[in-house]
Amino acid sequence: MTIDWPILSLIVFSPLLGAAVLLAMPKQRARMLRWTAIAATLLPLALSVWLYADYDPNRPGDAYEEKAEWINIPLEKSATGIEGTFELHFDYALSLDGLSLPLVLLTTVTAAMAALASTTIRKRWKSYYIWLLILECGMLGVFLARDLLLFFIFFEMTMIPMVFLIGIWGLLDRERAATRFLLYNGLGSALMLIAFVILIMTAGFSLEDAGGVFNYSYSGSYETILSNLADPQAYANMAAPGSVNPLYLSDGMRTALFVMLLIAFGIKLPVFPFHTWMLDVHREAPAPVVMIHSGILLKMGAYGLIRFGIFAFPEEADRFRAVLAVLGVISLLYGAVIAFRHKELRLVLAYSSLSHMGIVLLGLASLNEIGMQGAVFQLVSHGLISALMFLLIGSIYERTGTTNIDELGGLAKAAPFLSGALLIGGLASLGLPGLSGFVGELLALLGLFDTNKTVVSIAVIGIILTAVYVLRAVMATTFGPLKPKLEGITDARFTEALPTAVLLAFVLLLGIYPSFITELMKHSFDSLLNHLNTRVGG
Amino acid sequence: MVYEGTLAPMTWADAGYLLPEIILVGMMAVLIVLDLVMPKRIDRSVIGWLTLVAIIGSAASVVLRIGYRNIGEHQQPDVNGILHDSYRVDDFSLMFKMLLLLSAALIVLWSLGSMKRSASARLTHQAEYYYLLLPAVAGAMIMTSTADLITLYAGLELLSIATYVLVGLRARHAAAEGGEGVLSAKPAEAAFKYVVTGGISSALILFGMSYLYGLTGSTHISMIGGLLPESVDSFRTLLYVAFFFLLAGFGIKIAAAPFHAWAPDVYEGAPTPISAFLAVISKTAAAAVLLRLFYNIVFPAGYGDSVLSRDLFRGVLAVAACAMLAGTLSALRQRNMKRLLALSGVVNAGYLLVPVGLSFYGVHSNNTAELFFYAAVYLFMNIGAFAVLSAVSESASPAAEGVGDLKAFEGLYHRAPWTAGAMLVFILSLAGLPVSGGFFGKLFIMLGASSTHAYWIVAVMAATSVISYYVYFGIIRQMFMRSSGESEVHVPAATGVVIWICAVCTLVLGVAPNLLLHGFDEVFNLVGDLLIIRNV
Repeated sequence: MTIDWPILSLIVFSPLLGAAVLLAMPKQRARMLRWTAIAATLLPLALSVWLYADYDPNRPGDAYEEKAEWINIPLEKSATGIEGTFELHFDYALSLDGLSLPLVLLTTVTAAMAALASTTIRKRWKSYYIWLLILECGMLGVFLARDLLLFFIFFEMTMIPMVFLIGIWGLLDRERAATRFLLYNGLGSALMLIAFVILIMTAGFSLEDAGGVFNYSYSGSYETILSNLADPQAYANMAAPGSVNPLYLSDGMRTALFVMLLIAFGIKLPVFPFHTWMLDVHREAPAPVVMIHSGILLKMGAYGLIRFGIFAFPEEADRFRAVLAVLGVISLLYGAVIAFRHKELRLVLAYSSLSHMGIVLLGLASLNEIGMQGAVFQLVSHGLISALMFLLIGSIYERTGTTNIDELGGLAKAAPFLSGALLIGGLASLGLPGLSGFVGELLALLGLFDTNKTVVSIAVIGIILTAVYVLRAVMATTFGPLKPKLEGITDARFTEALPTAVLLAFVLLLGIYPSFITELMKHSFDSLLNHLNTRVGG
Repeated sequence: MVYEGTLAPMTWADAGYLLPEIILVGMMAVLIVLDLVMPKRIDRSVIGWLTLVAIIGSAASVVLRIGYRNIGEHQQPDVNGILHDSYRVDDFSLMFKMLLLLSAALIVLWSLGSMKRSASARLTHQAEYYYLLLPAVAGAMIMTSTADLITLYAGLELLSIATYVLVGLRARHAAAEGGEGVLSAKPAEAAFKYVVTGGISSALILFGMSYLYGLTGSTHISMIGGLLPESVDSFRTLLYVAFFFLLAGFGIKIAAAPFHAWAPDVYEGAPTPISAFLAVISKTAAAAVLLRLFYNIVFPAGYGDSVLSRDLFRGVLAVAACAMLAGTLSALRQRNMKRLLALSGVVNAGYLLVPVGLSFYGVHSNNTAELFFYAAVYLFMNIGAFAVLSAVSESASPAAEGVGDLKAFEGLYHRAPWTAGAMLVFILSLAGLPVSGGFFGKLFIMLGASSTHAYWIVAVMAATSVISYYVYFGIIRQMFMRSSGESEVHVPAATGVVIWICAVCTLVLGVAPNLLLHGFDEVFNLVGDLLIIRNV
């Protein structure tokens, strides 16, 4: 089916439309504001579901593409002898492929559920929902943008709302958490920006023959940069002996760029030494915001690493395979061990996120189809599970005023629905077959098994540890005698039960029918794998 | 052409080219007389409005000149230089004059708003305040037009002397009021400091110039550029001395580290609009002059000697990096808003210097557009931020402690939501976050730096941006995350207009930078407009 209206732009900007409507509403009308905001998240959800139904992975190229000229700056050429045009241009380019679509779906689902669960927000609703919707717009843009500048802008657009959401609506130590979030992510963005700037001014260069006159341009187009990086005839790959080629990217330079991108996205992911900022966010931010943070924002790191790190620099990724694997296994084990030690549920889950993101890195380190699919599957699966877990933890905190394991216990008696959901979420998180967590772990490790058996065997220890800490946390919370202090707490309300049920349904669906997502990615890694294979073959 | 004792008289045609400056200076003369003859009871804001009229008139004549040179049948620029080519009326100077006049207009409009509120009693020298802005702007405009060291110095001193008085204006008023204590001592201290450092700066610049004259026997910059290669070999050290003295002198004017120590003190003591004037107009003019000097003197001199050119351009970049680092790091612990903005000005001086120091490399010769765009963005975000600051501190109750303190912004979101929103735009832009002009301006400079392979300066720019997040989000924290018992902030209409013009322009330049840059490219032409080609 072909469409002639810009569905991708609609998905990205429909939350902003909602934000604009909210802006015009009076700020006292909490109920009206809330339902408008929820409606504004349902719109992109509906559109992305339609997109999922319509998407055909076998269609060659990117199925949906939207491109418009955006910034087009003429550069000074009167002293250079260039006869044609000399421009710097950035396009408004959105596109959808099998890598973006699962994450777009994850985003729209999680954001809608977070909006539903935001009943726990007790002050300044209007600005809360506006920031939330701006955040959603940014996240969707990140997964769809195909221009370096556009990507960067969307990436930053997620950062500013998060600072406000943490700093205004968080718990006691919220301002410090917001500042740390800002500084760490700012550092990541700065590295990314440096790498992008260098890429635009080297691999972004293209020369166009317009009837004898040559048009020179630098561009931020993802397509141009990727094809220039891969093309041995491109200026970026030609070391001109004897003369200076300002566009040449030496091997050292490429490695530096890859490492910069690895760190930039590694901070977001997060990877082991750069994870400390995330703990504060998990501990201090309000539950719906952590749902989004843990459910989607961390995935942007992995997505960026695949899209800009591995796709753009396959050879460097191949050389850094072992590094990725080691980083992954360290995150996995370290996260699991620390999660076992903590008594604060939020922190247990924070370290659990670190640990699960380690599995993503392991999948990426495989650089083969199964492993990459496993990594992306794990992203979606963990996004859903952690959104679910934080939804439940938010509900528990609202009722009991604590998320410390020692002060909780026996919730199953007072709140059977919440406790049941927590248990299933925990089981999914530890990788019980039939639930989504299992598939991601299995595929990722299966993929890596082909290339690096040592790491896989160490990683298995991590999986066992995961079972131990998850069960400890969930059991201590739900089973045992009900603490006297907790008597009289109620079970889930509708606004909590609905998102819980939806998220659970997706976790189950993915566990039973993984092709729901893997089918989409059928050809997403073809060009990467072809590149690696031909190189190895030749 | 060397001056051989025959100075060409100024013709009527020349006066036509000088119209923008003549309007300003002429209006000043009129206003001085008007102030004398006007009865005391008449509100002096009349003079303010007339000042604004003069600035707009001058801007109109600049626009007409640009149009005349670039649109229609006169597409060929008619005359680039007048008075023996010592005064350039090329598109480079005209475009920068636009920025200077726009800044001046915004500052006057905002002063009109803020003076109305604080009542004439609070500033006894209102008339002087307004009409002294005119020669200051004219001085800055002369600087952008200069192609001769003597003219350059004349413009520089016109700007400096006028601003020495403007900075000190409040001191006399506070003394007249019988005010005492720390607050009232500050303007006097500021004025004194500014005069002394300004004097040192002029001395350094003159010293550097004297060496250039000594080496070449000319004061015209393109003559110097043409003659220098002959003396490079024998007088290398003298050349270095000349340039580093010039750089230090202009470094003080532009408040770039390590020559920035005066800025926080002076900005804090001066009336807020004057702080903005120093931050925007002095810096822009000095950066434009530096660009013209370096590309007409160092660049041709370095043709045969890449070491010399490399060292001197690197010197500029080193000062730029220093300014970014020193400004950001010392802002970390700063609690006073005016000092904070002064330090942010130091950082921005660093950004403005980067295009100057990049030189040409490969096919990169885009420095002027980079400087121009960033100067335009800087104008809007900085005047906007200063205007918000003045609106906030003026409506603080006199009993409140620390009027100029960061605390004055506490809970601004609740006290004046729209003003807080505008301030958010300025802060994001200053911090270089999208979507704002500040982001794109920085990106544009970074792209330029990257194409000349000056990756280290790109890294410095990115790193200092991140550190500055901490500083700028400290303000945001006060505005949005705290609540305050302070009363609502009332923003005077004129100030409000300035704030919103600035906020909208900051955003528009971020979303559609090509609007401005296309226009600039249409008008500006490197050869002929910046590089002065003369038949020696």
